[in-house]
Amino acid sequence: MHTNIAAVAKRPSARRLLAATAGLAFGLAAAALPAQAQDTIKVGVLHSLSGTMAISETTLSDVMRMLIEQQNKKGGLLGKKLEAVVVDPGGGPNWALFAEKARELITRDKVAVVFGCWTSVSRKTVLPVFKELNNILFYPVQYEGEESERNVFYTGAAPNQQAIPAVDYLMSKDGGEAKRWVLAGTDYVYPRTTNKILEAYLKQKGVAESDIMINYTPFGHSDWQTIVSDIKKFGSAGKKTAVVSTINGDANVPFYKELGNQGVKATDIPVVAFSVGEEELAGVDTKPLVGHLAAWNYFQSIKTPINQQFIGEWKEFIKNPKRVTNDPMEAHFIGFAMWVKAVEKAGTTDPDKVIDALPGIEAPNLTGGTSTMLPNHHISKPVYIGEVRADGQFDVVWQTPGLVPGEAWSKYLEGSKDLVADWVTLKCGNYNTVTKKCGGS
Amino acid sequence: MPGLKEMRALCDRLVALVLALGVFAAAVATSRATPYDDALARFTADSFAETIEGINRLVASGNPLAAIVIGALQDGRLFFSAATKRVFIKDTSERWLDAADGRPIVGAAPADLAPVRLNNRLRGIVAAALGSLTLMSPDPARRLEAARAVFKSHDPNALPALDQAIAKETDARVKQALLEARASVILYLDSASDPDKIEAIGMIRQRGDQEALALLGGLPGSTSAPVKKAAAEAIASIENGLAVWAALQNMWYGLSLGSVLLLAAIGLAITFGVMGVINMAHGEMVMLGAYTTFVVQEVIRARQPALFDYSLAIAIPAAFVVAGTVGILVERGIIRFLYGRPLETLLATWGLSLILQQSIRTAFGPTNKDVGNPSWMSGAFELGQITITNNRLWIIVFTLLVFAGLLGLLRFTRLGLEMRAVTQNRAMAASMGIRTSRIDALTFGLGSGIAGLAGVALSQIDNVSPNLGQGYIIDSFMVVVFGGVGNLWGTLLGAFTLGIANKFLEPYAGAVLGKIIILVLIILFIQKRPRGLFALKGRAVEA
Repeated sequence: MHTNIAAVAKRPSARRLLAATAGLAFGLAAAALPAQAQDTIKVGVLHSLSGTMAISETTLSDVMRMLIEQQNKKGGLLGKKLEAVVVDPGGGPNWALFAEKARELITRDKVAVVFGCWTSVSRKTVLPVFKELNNILFYPVQYEGEESERNVFYTGAAPNQQAIPAVDYLMSKDGGEAKRWVLAGTDYVYPRTTNKILEAYLKQKGVAESDIMINYTPFGHSDWQTIVSDIKKFGSAGKKTAVVSTINGDANVPFYKELGNQGVKATDIPVVAFSVGEEELAGVDTKPLVGHLAAWNYFQSIKTPINQQFIGEWKEFIKNPKRVTNDPMEAHFIGFAMWVKAVEKAGTTDPDKVIDALPGIEAPNLTGGTSTMLPNHHISKPVYIGEVRADGQFDVVWQTPGLVPGEAWSKYLEGSKDLVADWVTLKCGNYNTVTKKCGGS
Repeated sequence: MPGLKEMRALCDRLVALVLALGVFAAAVATSRATPYDDALARFTADSFAETIEGINRLVASGNPLAAIVIGALQDGRLFFSAATKRVFIKDTSERWLDAADGRPIVGAAPADLAPVRLNNRLRGIVAAALGSLTLMSPDPARRLEAARAVFKSHDPNALPALDQAIAKETDARVKQALLEARASVILYLDSASDPDKIEAIGMIRQRGDQEALALLGGLPGSTSAPVKKAAAEAIASIENGLAVWAALQNMWYGLSLGSVLLLAAIGLAITFGVMGVINMAHGEMVMLGAYTTFVVQEVIRARQPALFDYSLAIAIPAAFVVAGTVGILVERGIIRFLYGRPLETLLATWGLSLILQQSIRTAFGPTNKDVGNPSWMSGAFELGQITITNNRLWIIVFTLLVFAGLLGLLRFTRLGLEMRAVTQNRAMAASMGIRTSRIDALTFGLGSGIAGLAGVALSQIDNVSPNLGQGYIIDSFMVVVFGGVGNLWGTLLGAFTLGIANKFLEPYAGAVLGKIIILVLIILFIQKRPRGLFALKGRAVEA
C-alpha cells in the first residue's frame, strides 16, 4: 500500500495532483520520505518555536536553515543536497516533547545529525535518545559543564570559557578590582552549578565567605525591588562589589530596569551577565545599563571580515535589517562547519564514523580565529568581555590572549576535579585520573 | 685642595645645565607642544592606559578647555582621528569642534573618526576628574554633582579646589555637600591628623546613608586605632538608623508588589469573581494590552516623536478598547455556550490562551518588544533613606484610580446596576427587561478591558513578550480566591496582604522559598475559610 502511493508520488504530474489534496498530503509526505532520503542528507533542527523558550531558540532554528541553504548553494555535501528537517519541541514545561521529537527526527526522518536544544533540562532529556539510537547532537549554548557524552558535541562555552575569565576580569585593575561578590541566578541547574564552581574559585583566590552573597530567584521573576536593594546594601561595605548574574531569559529585563531605576551604576556595582546577549537587549532601553558587562565568545560588534559577511547574510536571509546576531548563533556556525568537514573527511554521514572524525577538526570562528574540536567534545574559543553600549550592542573591553580550550569537568569542584573526558584515546567521558577508571554512564 | 673641588662641582653643574638646556631645546624643537596638546594626543592611542594618562595630564594642564573635553568624554562625544592624531568634540547641536582650541572646524571632519572608548575604571576616573574641575562651576546643580563625585572619589588632589570652593559657596545645600566631600578627602588623607579624621567621621556620620557606610567601611588598613574605633561606632549608628528605614522600605515594596497583583487580578475579579467564568485566557488580555502599548509607541515614534511622553495616556484607552473587544468576541464566540460548565470553560479558555499567545508570536515575533519608559516614569527619588522609583509610584496611583473607577461604574451607572442585577438573580433580572446575554458580553468585555489596562502598566516594569500574561495568571487567581470571590474590596485587601507578606518574607526566606511559604499559607487559609477573606453572604452564594 505504502509503496504504491510512493510510486505514484514520484510521477511529477501525479505528485502535483496529490499535493493538492490537502488531507492526503500528510500521510503521503511520511510515506514518500524514505524514497527521498536517497537524494538528500537530512539535518535535524530541534529548537523551540513556540512556548517560553521560543524567544531565544527561534533565531537558532532560522540560522540553521540559513547555513544549510548556503551549503547547498556551495554544492551540498558528498554530492548530495542537504535538507533541513525543522521540528518544534515546544518550549517546556513539557520537556519530554524534546525526547519525542528527537526520536521522531532520528527514526522517522532518518536525519544524519541534529542541531538543537537550549536549556540544560532539554539536553538531559534527549541524551538517552541520542545514545540509544546512536546519533549526533550539536549543542550551541553556554552551559554548566560537568558532562561529556560520546553522542554530543558542545559548541557553547563551558564554565572555564565564560564564567572564570569574567571573574578574572572583574578582579583585574581594569575591571575595578572587585573584592565582594554577589552571585545572582535563576533557580535551576545551570546557575546552581556555575555558582558552585565560582564560589570554589573565589575562595581559592582568598575571598572570604562573608564577601560572597548568593541569591536565587524563580523563573520569570519580575519584582526585583528587594533583591536590587539587598545588592545595594551588600555593596555599601566599603569594598568594591561586583554582581555575577546567571539570571536566565525573561527575568533579565525587569532586573536591569530595576537596577537602572534604583540608580545602580556600572561604575559603582558592575553586573556581568552570562545569559544576556544582543538578542536579549533588543527588548530593553539600554541607556541606564551602559557599562554593565557580558562575557561571551562572540559579539556582533567584533569587526572581522568574516563576521561582517555573516551579519550581512543573516540580515538578508531573515529580511529584517534590525535583527542582531549573538553567541549561540556563532556556535551553530562553527558546529555546522565542523560537521561538514568531518563528513567530508569520513566520506559518509554514518554517525559512528563522523563521531570519530570530529575531534581535531578545525573551523574558523567569526572573531577571526580558528576553533578546534577537542577530544572531550568541547571546542576551543576566545573569551570576550563586552560592555553594554547605548545602542544595545557591546563594546569589547577585554579578551583572552588566545583561544581557551573547553573543559568538560571543572577543576574547582570536589566531585569533578579528578575527572577528564577523552573520546579519542581513552574512549571515556568521565575518566578518573586518580583511580584510573572510567566512570561510564 | 679646596679650589679644585669647587671647580669640579661648578663644572659638573655647568655640564648638567647644558645638558638640561639641550634636552629642553630638543623637546621644544620636536614637539613644541603645550602640556594640554600633549594630553590630547594621548586620546588618539585607543588604549585605556593612555586615556587615563591623558585625563590626568588634562587636569594638571589647567587649561579651561579641560573640563569641556572631559565632559565630552563622559557623554561619549569625544572623537579621535587615528590618522591625523587629532581630537574632536561633537557638541550638543552635532557640530564638530577642534579640541585643541575649542572652535568649530572648517570643512569636513576626518573620515576615520572613532569615539574615545571608556570602561568602568575610566568612567570612575572621568567622574572624579570632572568633579574637581567643575567645583567652581557657575551652575549650582553642576557644583552639587561635582561635590558628590569628589565625595565618592576622595581624591586628595581635589583638596585645594575644595577649600577654595567652600570659601566661595553661597548655596547651603551645595556647601553641605562640599563639606562632606572635604571630610571624605580628609578621612582618606595619610597626612591628616587623627582629630581631624575623627571630626570628618562625625560629619559623614550625619549623612546616615549607604554611601556614608561604604566610605567608612572602606578605610585602609593603615588607619590608626582611634580613627578605626570612631568609624566602627559611626557604622553601628548608621546601620541602626538604616534598619528602621529598611522596614519602611519593605512596606513600600510590599505596597508596590500588591498594586501590581491588584492590577493584574482586578479584571479577573470581574470575569471570575462576578461572573464565575474560570478564564484562563485572562493573562493574554493583559498581554494584548501591553502589545497595544507597543504599537501605540511605534506609531508615535514614527509620526509624532514629540508626543512620546504622552504615549501611555494614548495607550490606555486603546488597550482598553482592544482587550475589551477581544473579550466581547470571546464571550460571544465561545464562553456563552459554556455557562454552567466550569470544566469545559477552563479547557476552552486555556486553549484560547495558547492560540492568542502563538498568534501574537507569529505576528510580532517571539522576541521581547522594546516599550519605552516616558521620562516621568523613569528614575527614582529619595524619601529619607528609602528609594522610591517613579514607575512603581505611578503604578500604585494608576491601580487605585482603576479600582475607584471600577467601583464607581458598578455602583453609580446603569450598566453597573444591570451587571449586579444579572449576577445576583439572572431570572429576575431578565423578567425586569434586562437583556442578560448583552450584559454578560459587556461584563466580560469590561473585565478583559481592565486586564488590557493592566497590560499598559505592566509593559513599564516587565518585558513585553507573548509569555507576559502567563506570569500573572496564577497570582491573579490566588488574589481573587484569597480575597473572596465576588468581592472587589476583598481583591484589594487580598492583593496588598499578599504583596506585603511576600516582601517581608523575601529578605529572610529568599525569593523562591518566600513564594512557596505564601502558597502554603494560602492553602491553609482556604482550608479554614473556603470562601476567602470576604465571603459573599445571602442568595448570591447559591447563584
